[in-house]
Amino acid sequence: MSAVPKHENYDVVVIGAGPAGLAAAEMTAGFALSTLLLDENAGPGGQVWRAINSTPVKSEALLGSDYWSGAEIAKAARDSGAEIIHRATVWSLDRNLEIGVSVGGGSAFIKAKRVIIATGAQERPFPIPGWTLPGVMTAGAAQTMLKSSGLVPDCPTVLAGQGPLLWLLAAQILRLGGRIDHILDTTPRANYIAALPHAFAFFTSPYFGKGLAMMREVRAKVRVTSGVTELAASGNGKLESVTYVAGGKRETLPAELLLLHQGVVPNVNLAMAAGVEHRWNELQLCWTPVLDAFGNSSIAGIAIAGDGAGIGGAQAAVWRGRAAAGSAIKAARSNAKVSDVSPQLRRAERGRAFLDVLFQPAKQFRIPQGDTIVCRCEEITAKDVLDSVAIGATGPNQLKAYRRTGMGPCQGRLCGLTVTELMAEARGKTPQEIGYYRLRAPVKPIMLSELASLPKNDEATKAVVRG
Amino acid sequence: MTIHVEGHPITAREGDTVSAALLASGLDVRRATAVSGAKRLPYCMMGVCFDCLVTIDGVGNRQGCLVPVAEGMQIDIQKGKREIGK
Repeated sequence: MSAVPKHENYDVVVIGAGPAGLAAAEMTAGFALSTLLLDENAGPGGQVWRAINSTPVKSEALLGSDYWSGAEIAKAARDSGAEIIHRATVWSLDRNLEIGVSVGGGSAFIKAKRVIIATGAQERPFPIPGWTLPGVMTAGAAQTMLKSSGLVPDCPTVLAGQGPLLWLLAAQILRLGGRIDHILDTTPRANYIAALPHAFAFFTSPYFGKGLAMMREVRAKVRVTSGVTELAASGNGKLESVTYVAGGKRETLPAELLLLHQGVVPNVNLAMAAGVEHRWNELQLCWTPVLDAFGNSSIAGIAIAGDGAGIGGAQAAVWRGRAAAGSAIKAARSNAKVSDVSPQLRRAERGRAFLDVLFQPAKQFRIPQGDTIVCRCEEITAKDVLDSVAIGATGPNQLKAYRRTGMGPCQGRLCGLTVTELMAEARGKTPQEIGYYRLRAPVKPIMLSELASLPKNDEATKAVVRG
Repeated sequence: MTIHVEGHPITAREGDTVSAALLASGLDVRRATAVSGAKRLPYCMMGVCFDCLVTIDGVGNRQGCLVPVAEGMQIDIQKGKREIGK
C-alpha cells in the first residue's frame, strides 16, 4: 500500500517527478521548505528518465548517457528531505492552491503555499486513417516498454513520423536487438529551408553532434524513406499494413506494429483546470502557459516548470525546475541566497528554435479529413466535426454538446489540439480565437466512493442540504 | 510472479505494468470500446490515451499502463459497455 501525505499543509508541493520536478523538489527541500513531491508513476524519472531506478536494461551504452544522467538527480531528490509519494494521482488543483490527490484508492486534500506543476509533455496526436487499430502505438509507448520492461519489437515493425525522439527510439531498439523494417520520415521538405536561419544556434549546441551520430547509426541498419506526405494504417481488427506516399509514389508495407511520433506537446490538463492562462504557440503549434522568467503563471503561487511550460527538453526542464524553485524559496524567505540560473537555462534552451521549425508537423498530419478518427474515446471523425461546424458548432466547447468530443476518459488529451485546429480552419479563424476545451477537475478519473469518503465540514454539508 | 488474465494464469515480470505484462503475454488482450465495440490495445503507455483501460481485481476502467503487476492479480479484459454492478 502506498503512503499517504504526512501533513495537510506544505510550503511547496511539486507535481510530477520528471527532470523538472525532481530538480525543483530537491532545491526547495534543500532550503528547508517543507516539500511534497507527488508522482503518478511507480518510480521517479518521468518519461525521459522512466524507470531510472528499476530498468532491467543495465548496460550504460544501450540507453545512453543522457538517460543515466537522471540517476544522479533522482538520488539527490531522494536524499533532499523532500517527502516523495509515487502512484499518487493529482486530480484537482484550484486557485487557492488546494490539491486533491488519490493514493492507494483513497483521496485527500492538501494545501500548499506554492505549487510547481511539472507534469511534462505527451505525444502530439497523430490522427491518420487507422491510428486506433491494435498494433498502432506511439514511439513513446515503445520507449516506455523498452526502458521499464526491456521489451523491444520482434514482429514486422514500421516507425513513422519525425523528430529527435523517433531517431533515439530507433537507435535504442536496434541496440537491444529489436526489429525495425522501415522508417518513414514525414519531415516536410520545406522545413529544411525554413529552419536555416536558426541553424547556427543549433549547430553550436550539444544536440547537433549527438543527433547526427544517432541518425547515421540507424540509417546504416534500416531502410529509411524521406519526404513522406501521406500515411495510413489498415487491417481487420488489428494492424496488417501501412500505406504511404513519398515523391508522389504510393507503397504498401506489411506490418504488425506501427510506431508513430511527430513531437511532444505540453500536458495541459491540470494547469488549465486550475485556471492557468494558456495561449496558442504559433511555433510549437500547441497551447503553452503564460509565464514569467521563473515559470510563475497567471495564478498567484502556481509555477510551471519543464516541458509543460513549452517544449524545451530534459536539460532545460532541470533548469526551469531550479528557476521555479528559486522563486518559491525567495517568496518564503526573502533573505535566502539563491543563485541565478538564467545563464544555464538559456544555454539549455539553445538550438530549440531550429528543432521547432525543422520538425513542425505538416498540416495533413495535424488536420485530418473524412473518416479519420479525431476523438479516439468517442469515435468521432473529422467529417463528424465538420458537419457539426456546418450546423452551428462554434468551438470545442459547443462541439461537446453536438458530438461528445473530449468528454471520454482521456478528457481531450488526444483530440484537443486536432479539434481546435480543425475547427479553426473550417471557420477561418486562428486557433487562439477558437480556443480549447474548458477543463475541470477531476482531471483523472477517481472512484465516486473516494469523493464520498472525503472529510467534509459543516459549511460544505449545509451548502447541499435543503431546509 | 503469476497473474490471472480472464482466469488463465500467466507469468509476469516484477516491475512490469499490467499493460506491459498483457502485451508481452502473447494472448489476445484487445478490449472492445464502449461506443462501437471496436478492438483496441494500449496506444501511449504513459497515462494519456486511456486505451489501456482494464478491469483489475474487480475494479473497472483502471489505466493498466500505470498499475504495476502484483502476485495473484485478477485481470479482466473489458468488452464493450460497462454493466450495472460491475
